[in-house]
Amino acid sequence: MAIQTKKNEMPVQNAALRARNFKEVALGYNEELAVAEAQRCLNCKNRPCVEGCPVNVSIPEFINKIKTRDFEGAYSVISESSSLPAVCGRVCPQETQCESKCTLGIKFEPVGIGRLERFVSDLHNENYKGSTALPKSNGHKVAVIGSGPSGLTCAGDLAKKGYKVTVFEALHLAGGVLVYGIPEFRLPKSIVEKEVEALKQYGVEINTNVVIGKTLTIDELFSDGYEAVFIGTGAGLPRFMGISGEGLKGVYSANEFLTRVNLMKAFETNSHTPVMNARNVAVVGGGNVAMDAARTALRLGAENVYLIYRRSMEELPARKEEVEHAEEEGVIFEILRNPVEIIGYDNPENKRDKKNGFVKGIKVIKCELGEPDEKGRRKPVEIKGSEYVIDVDCVIMAIGTSPNPLMKNSTVGLKVNSSGGIIVEEDTGKTSLQGVYAGGDAVTGAATVILAMGAGKTAAKAIDEYISKKDL
Amino acid sequence: MYRIVKKTILNQSVTMMDIYAPLVAKKAQAGQFIILRVDGDGERIPLTVAGFDRSVGTVKIIFQVVGGTTMRLNAKNEGDCISDFVGPLGCPTKTDGVKKVCIVGGGVGCAIALPVAERFNELGCEIHSIIGFRNKDLLILEKEFAKCSDRLTVMTDDGSYGRQGLVTEPLKEFIANGEDYDEVIAIGPLIMMKFVVATTKPYNVPTTVSMNPIMIDGTGMCGGCRLTVGGKMKFACIDGPDFNGFEVDFDEAIARMNAYAEFEQKERETACNLFRKEVK
Repeated sequence: MAIQTKKNEMPVQNAALRARNFKEVALGYNEELAVAEAQRCLNCKNRPCVEGCPVNVSIPEFINKIKTRDFEGAYSVISESSSLPAVCGRVCPQETQCESKCTLGIKFEPVGIGRLERFVSDLHNENYKGSTALPKSNGHKVAVIGSGPSGLTCAGDLAKKGYKVTVFEALHLAGGVLVYGIPEFRLPKSIVEKEVEALKQYGVEINTNVVIGKTLTIDELFSDGYEAVFIGTGAGLPRFMGISGEGLKGVYSANEFLTRVNLMKAFETNSHTPVMNARNVAVVGGGNVAMDAARTALRLGAENVYLIYRRSMEELPARKEEVEHAEEEGVIFEILRNPVEIIGYDNPENKRDKKNGFVKGIKVIKCELGEPDEKGRRKPVEIKGSEYVIDVDCVIMAIGTSPNPLMKNSTVGLKVNSSGGIIVEEDTGKTSLQGVYAGGDAVTGAATVILAMGAGKTAAKAIDEYISKKDL
Repeated sequence: MYRIVKKTILNQSVTMMDIYAPLVAKKAQAGQFIILRVDGDGERIPLTVAGFDRSVGTVKIIFQVVGGTTMRLNAKNEGDCISDFVGPLGCPTKTDGVKKVCIVGGGVGCAIALPVAERFNELGCEIHSIIGFRNKDLLILEKEFAKCSDRLTVMTDDGSYGRQGLVTEPLKEFIANGEDYDEVIAIGPLIMMKFVVATTKPYNVPTTVSMNPIMIDGTGMCGGCRLTVGGKMKFACIDGPDFNGFEVDFDEAIARMNAYAEFEQKERETACNLFRKEVK
């Protein structure tokens, strides 16, 4: 039988329709499509895809189970390595990870590993009714700070080994960036909820409304009997550009904008949390968060959403699929542009004019690509005198974050690097303090869900070794 | 869930509640704040800590019933619970090196000024307090301030109680008459704090203001609470809420406060209708 050269397409909602609703964009494979896609896997000997996965899921094994229609078996294989399979199947940048290494991908399109992972996990979540047997307790307590992807992974791995794990979350809901950052249409919150519930089945306790560093300190966790601590507090403070007008009403950090909509449900008609109903929106940045913000703005009813990025389409750091989806939905890409000023409405005749102090436009300057920088990316160079104004009533800054100083300031001896990231040993996640481990964006600065999960996994292994050794 | 242990009506629009939150009570210090949600679908609002009792694990909040959320909170009674209560957030008020302080409170801001005055009192400082209200009916915490202050001046806008006028008037007199304060601490409406700063600046008396901007997470993640202080962007939740009053861009802060005025108006009306129905 000849090999099918292209991936089986995953059904998606129609672009015009979905650009105005918050329902999930991608609809997922059905059984037939999943089996057909699984058949494309060559089951090659050297399994390069497994290397490409930050948590080393046994990819060919789970695909083989799909081929034989043992879908629950496939789920078991994935869940040995991944605590959040339904999440990863949706938000991992597979094109730069597992799928980029796929042998089939040398000649043709790689196997749709992410789509298969998603199919298997969704089917499991839909059908699985049994309760998980609680692992046998080993009598040791571990504290995990933050319930985002790194924290949940670390907690899940340790709980499965018999540790009593308590997760401390600053917000009122568990999930971290999975609930406040990534929008409903890309990762439905019901999926995150199910994954969190699954962890609770393993005995993980989640304490919301506790800010470690304020409500409790790491020292207190140790005196409360926790033998190790994992810090997975995420990226922290949103960056702004430092240009004039960032204090105007209608200027948001992507974190604030997305939190209002995702966590606080500002898109629902009877929500108690407001978000600006903007007609014309500028999103500054080119990463996944920028795409999320732009597409969210469209769904809130914006007529025009401009994505302002200082390099070209080729350099956009966002996942390819997100860029494609954003384009299809009508986001206008203002590439090779850099904002120089945000302009506010100011009626000199009437100081009480209600529009005063709100955003009226954003002035941008055209750029061209110059010499490559130290990372090999070509640097944007501003073209003198090329400024112009785009009329917008809302500006969303999605240009990254800098680490939150809270943990460092409240923990004596916790070493951080010059940009504020917690310093760890790469192989273990061990920090400068005994028994304290860290991973995810708190260490690396803004990165991906799966990298954070990988770090949580590494730390869980190291914590297990550390506590086991202590016992001897 | 966090239980309301005690509810006290201070005046027609200001309510005091003691909330059972032992972890927060254990750590809270004057000048810090908490964030609460009344119900499962509620918004997150910041309120400055108005007191705490570590022995029984309660934190005192005092709030003005101004919007939908505070109406919903005010509809709760002793024994009821609110769904979320997190803190203490922000930095405590700095007290180092202060021997003589003037504390200026305006309206419901006095609720936040009181624990600060009490803290300075514990430290043995000389305290002059000036508290101002629109009228006699809105007066709160007079006795409590009298107890911890060496000198208390009560002002009302309409003269229905105490002295008539704005808090800046006695403040200016005191300073002009040679009261050598190490620090003036102003807590109240933005416009009041702006004018306190304008009063102290010519005399160069160090002045601290407590900012209470719109906030969501309260831990530095959203950046909604950003202010311009000394020409730099600061986050009230992480860097504040106390700031050097001489450096704060009040006009920007005032403008940012009413970003959602229209929405808040609607919320108020919805909440009003809701509670009217319930009463029937």
